[in-house]
Amino acid sequence: MSTVATPPAAAPTPEFTELPPVDRAPLRRLRRRRVLLQVACVLVTLFMGVPLYLITLAAFSSRETLNKFPKSLWPTELSTDTLKAFLSSTGVLPAFLNSIVIGLGSLVLALLIGAPAGYAIARFLFRGREPYQLFLLLTRALPIVVLSVPLSQLFLRAGVYDTVLAVVLVHAGLSLPTTILITASVFVAVPRDVEEAAQLFGCTRFEAFRRVVVPMALPGIAAAAIFTFVLSWNEVLAAAVLTLNNRTLPAQVLVSLSDSPIAYRFAGGFALVVPALLFILLMRRYLLNMWGSTLR
Amino acid sequence: MAEVRMRNLVKTYPGGSVRATDEVTLDVADGEFMVLLGPSGCGKTTLLRMVAGLEMPDDGQVVIGSRDVTYLPPRDRNLSMVFQSYAVFPHKRVRANIAFGLRMRRVDRAKAKRKVDWAAELLQLTPYLDRYPSQLSGGQRQRVAVARAIVMDADVLLMDEPLSNLDALLRLSFRAELKRLVGEIGTTTIYVTHDQVEALSLGDRVAVMREGRIVQCDNPISVYDVPASEFVGGFLGNPPMNFLTGTLAGTNGQVQVDLGSQESLPAPARLAEFRGKPVRVGVRAEAIGVSREPRDDAARCVVEVFEPLGASVLITATLAGQVIKVQAPASFRAEPGEELWLVLSQDSLRWYDPDSGVALIAA
Repeated sequence: MSTVATPPAAAPTPEFTELPPVDRAPLRRLRRRRVLLQVACVLVTLFMGVPLYLITLAAFSSRETLNKFPKSLWPTELSTDTLKAFLSSTGVLPAFLNSIVIGLGSLVLALLIGAPAGYAIARFLFRGREPYQLFLLLTRALPIVVLSVPLSQLFLRAGVYDTVLAVVLVHAGLSLPTTILITASVFVAVPRDVEEAAQLFGCTRFEAFRRVVVPMALPGIAAAAIFTFVLSWNEVLAAAVLTLNNRTLPAQVLVSLSDSPIAYRFAGGFALVVPALLFILLMRRYLLNMWGSTLR
Repeated sequence: MAEVRMRNLVKTYPGGSVRATDEVTLDVADGEFMVLLGPSGCGKTTLLRMVAGLEMPDDGQVVIGSRDVTYLPPRDRNLSMVFQSYAVFPHKRVRANIAFGLRMRRVDRAKAKRKVDWAAELLQLTPYLDRYPSQLSGGQRQRVAVARAIVMDADVLLMDEPLSNLDALLRLSFRAELKRLVGEIGTTTIYVTHDQVEALSLGDRVAVMREGRIVQCDNPISVYDVPASEFVGGFLGNPPMNFLTGTLAGTNGQVQVDLGSQESLPAPARLAEFRGKPVRVGVRAEAIGVSREPRDDAARCVVEVFEPLGASVLITATLAGQVIKVQAPASFRAEPGEELWLVLSQDSLRWYDPDSGVALIAA
């Protein structure tokens, strides 16, 4: 009886045949697609970038250069006259200040209310969770025009009409649904284990939220913040209806736009765009990542 | 350090109809390393979480030391825990991660630093103290989690499958390291795993769980060698314990089990009272002797599959129509279809009731 198993008969070695030539067509397709994608990206960027550039150019041109024809597309004759004139015209600086205060105020208010709500949606399975999320979006279904009139009446009675607070309240209310939904989606991504670990190592529930969950959710919180600030910065209707003397910048520009020279309009446009852009740039690092890698 | 006493712990998850743990009672002695072992869904993690305070029991009691902690929040129990997913804080550097619990307890800064340095040294994390967890490998992250747990000087150290996210090679080396570490610091430890090798290698005692109950709790050798039920024998060991069905028979003092096809094995005299009843015979694959020559005390079998495993060979054979796995020395060779004689010595046989799966005990 043999104790060693005999190996199976070796398979016949395949004959050394010629291989087919390398097919480069898929590679070419891949390259073509990559180029097309790049072109699309450039086009989209231009679509956003060119108007910005033109506004900036016009805002920094003197009135004479602006009226010249043909206009130069390159910044040849820069002057800050127009911008100075715009900024020194009545009501612009206070409106500018109002806009910033209201933007930051509604951001803080929306996050203070919205982040805990988002956390609740992310963590707790409560009755009516799904309908609640839908209901949140419903608040955006009402046009601001419709909301403005009853709100003005309410604010008049409460004695907050024509104050910064009134606009902060409205803007925070408008951005709450998105703040809640955005933060909820990030809180979902924060593992429960990490929170439990924090609790085990000495945190209360709230401390665990503040020390561990919020820092881990910063990208989402930043996104929500950007959204709220930009919404508040651009919102005209409610701000115009709810204030008389405490106008925000867009409301101020809107009111005085029709009877201003063209240069003033460009300067106004520039002043409206730049702070929002700066804010987004500042928040960008939180949006992308914090600790050398994405979340998790 | 303290002992942990669990009494009649019942937990049903909301929306669930089955009890995750069903009146579980278990004592863990001071300084003991207790392993909770079982398949997924057996309630071992739920039990651990109730000790941790992350889950509130519906009924029963948890006592740590002499203090009732049944409904205390986790932070007031003086525990520390290592999680399966590491659960390190990604926004904190390794140093801050390890010191987290100490900082929350407002431990004096200099003392906290000493402890962190000690733990980092012990777990070979010293070069990485100023890195973020995302810059570490999985094994290093788990070391951070272990370091964070051991600096606490907690009464009880809880571990929830701490090795299962590591790759096989790392798991092996970290297992030994963990055993050395826990042995050195001597903290009472409760360790949850579904890996029987881990359980056997680490535990002072192993509590095998199934469907919310502890089915056997004993030292690893006993749990492996003398399983209290077919389930335990089948869950522990690779390959699992063999089970053959037969009928107890015999006259006078002689008792034997008939396996069919005229094959029979001698059975201990204490089972005489079960004569005429069906029985399940359990035997470990490595406890079976193999012979090529016919022997009087051996049972004939036919080889079905022959697998060389390096350190040993595994033979799948049929004995009286029933499948049996036999582990033989690495030099042993056999061919499918070959006849072999298996020596099943009486002291390696375990006897179970075929209906309940529980070990037969003569009254």
